[in-house]
Amino acid sequence: MSGEAQAGAVVGGLVETEQRPTPPRPRRTRVTLGSWLLPLYVILAFIFLLIPIIYTFVFSFNDSIKSNIAWRGFTLDKWLNVCAVQNGAVCEAFGNSMLIGVVATVIATTLGTMIAIALVRYRFKARSAISLLLFLPMATPEVVLGAGLAAQFLAVGVPKDMITIIIAHTMFCISFVVVTVKARVASLDPALEEAGRDLYGAPQQVFWRITFPLLLPGVLAAALLSFALSFDDFIITNFNSGSVMTFPKYVYVSASRGIPAEANVVASAVFILALVIVVAAQVSSAARAKRLARR
Amino acid sequence: MAFAAFATQAAPVEAAPRRRSRMALFLLLPGILYLVLFFLTPLISLLLTSLQAPREFGDIGQYDYAFNWQNYVTVIDDYLPHILRSFGYALAATVFALLFSYPLAYFIGVKARRWPLLQSLMLVLVIAPFFISFLLRTLAWKQILSDESVVITSLKALSLLAPDAHFTGTPVAVIFGLTYNFIPFMTLPLYSALERLDTRYLEAGSDLYAGPFTVFRKVTVPLSMPGIVAGTLLTFIPAAGDYINASRDFLGGPDTQMMGNVIEANFLVLLNYPAAAALSIILMAVILIMVSIYVKRSGTEDLL
Repeated sequence: MSGEAQAGAVVGGLVETEQRPTPPRPRRTRVTLGSWLLPLYVILAFIFLLIPIIYTFVFSFNDSIKSNIAWRGFTLDKWLNVCAVQNGAVCEAFGNSMLIGVVATVIATTLGTMIAIALVRYRFKARSAISLLLFLPMATPEVVLGAGLAAQFLAVGVPKDMITIIIAHTMFCISFVVVTVKARVASLDPALEEAGRDLYGAPQQVFWRITFPLLLPGVLAAALLSFALSFDDFIITNFNSGSVMTFPKYVYVSASRGIPAEANVVASAVFILALVIVVAAQVSSAARAKRLARR
Repeated sequence: MAFAAFATQAAPVEAAPRRRSRMALFLLLPGILYLVLFFLTPLISLLLTSLQAPREFGDIGQYDYAFNWQNYVTVIDDYLPHILRSFGYALAATVFALLFSYPLAYFIGVKARRWPLLQSLMLVLVIAPFFISFLLRTLAWKQILSDESVVITSLKALSLLAPDAHFTGTPVAVIFGLTYNFIPFMTLPLYSALERLDTRYLEAGSDLYAGPFTVFRKVTVPLSMPGIVAGTLLTFIPAAGDYINASRDFLGGPDTQMMGNVIEANFLVLLNYPAAAALSIILMAVILIMVSIYVKRSGTEDLL
């Protein structure tokens, strides 16, 4: 799914605007409908996209009692005492989601990066079968992935707990890592590694000193993407979690009896953190592009 | 574009293939083994489960392996409306997401080229919904558009909506939610196709006396076809399997349940594993068939 892969690229600040030759100016200036209608539409579209985010953020300051539906006044209380509600159920779910996200991301990023390097750098048999195997998890609806794994755990007799969630999350993250890292490997100049070998670098040295640092932006983008996918996953988790609570599952379970404002606090905090990371990545990649252009 | 990522065989570096093949094996084996174990075998397991028969004198949730293909007949019989609804809603959401996203992606990819900073800012805004919990943003819409909300009550006051009309719990609400939630999946591939569009082709078109609409239809759309195909697939597949939006606690109601909802209910609540498995297999099979026909017909086979 390139949508996700591109999301990863945006996250990792990989989307660098290409240097193109400036196109010749159009000969006639026509006042088209698009000249003001399109920008207006774009502004309205962005407002539409942001409405639920703003709503969630605003209601994290709601002085609600149990359910967070009607506006009852502004308070900072929920932000300051996130863990106070329901004996810290929100925080426990959040902690579980963080732990699962980190472990699944580390495993998926390692396995996926290895596959990406192999796909670009080596020639081997069964390449198309392997490509299909990597593509299929992304073309399978989540509910099928979740039910399939759950059916297998049931058949083998594995109890569902934190481990089964991590197994499930790693599975669907691998393909996204491969797509994201592959683009980076393909843009890597093999001459740099050759130079390393010419200078008597051992294969490990060449990998850790040259290849890996050059791949790092792609690997980081892939890791961020995996973490985001894992952290927000509900459907696959629901089938394989048993009694373990993750943050999305907590929201789903509480939806019928009202979600406390503390859940909005957690979601808003995660949103702000993610936004800061993405903007920082964008700024640093813009700075890098400028530095390279100056040389 | 999506699937091109895998298809493009970025000319492998050919050097000492014999010695290197062991390295390739070392790099590929762990990941591929993982996917075989936790993706491929579960699908087979799902297929076997879908053919199970209830154990004689067994408890609820106890099944034996069999070749009970009647399971498929039963679930189609019981859940045909859900099956049709799933694909209908997903199709509608895909069309709306395409109509919504195309102008947006066109602006970001073509019109905003002169301002790279604005371009990357807008891309961040497109994926911003990804950063807030999927479930919470869906619930936010439920509350914004509930019967007591400002939006709905003022629409009713202005007589733009019948006094007894509802929004949440209707098919319109479910399709609305699916559209909203998958818009970024549509916009990003469209953007990456349009971003590469050479505007000189558009000029050539108008030089040859084509009106703006003809240029759009004959030049812009065909050139952005890979993005359209990737975007519609990326929207349609998850939308068809989604069960959050259609769930009663979110935007749906009793008459909007989709396949995902009945798979969940059968698997996790009723413990009717064969029925859930049979429905999953049907969902996956229909999607794979539709995707391959669609990709063939839109003439972008090289994508897969």
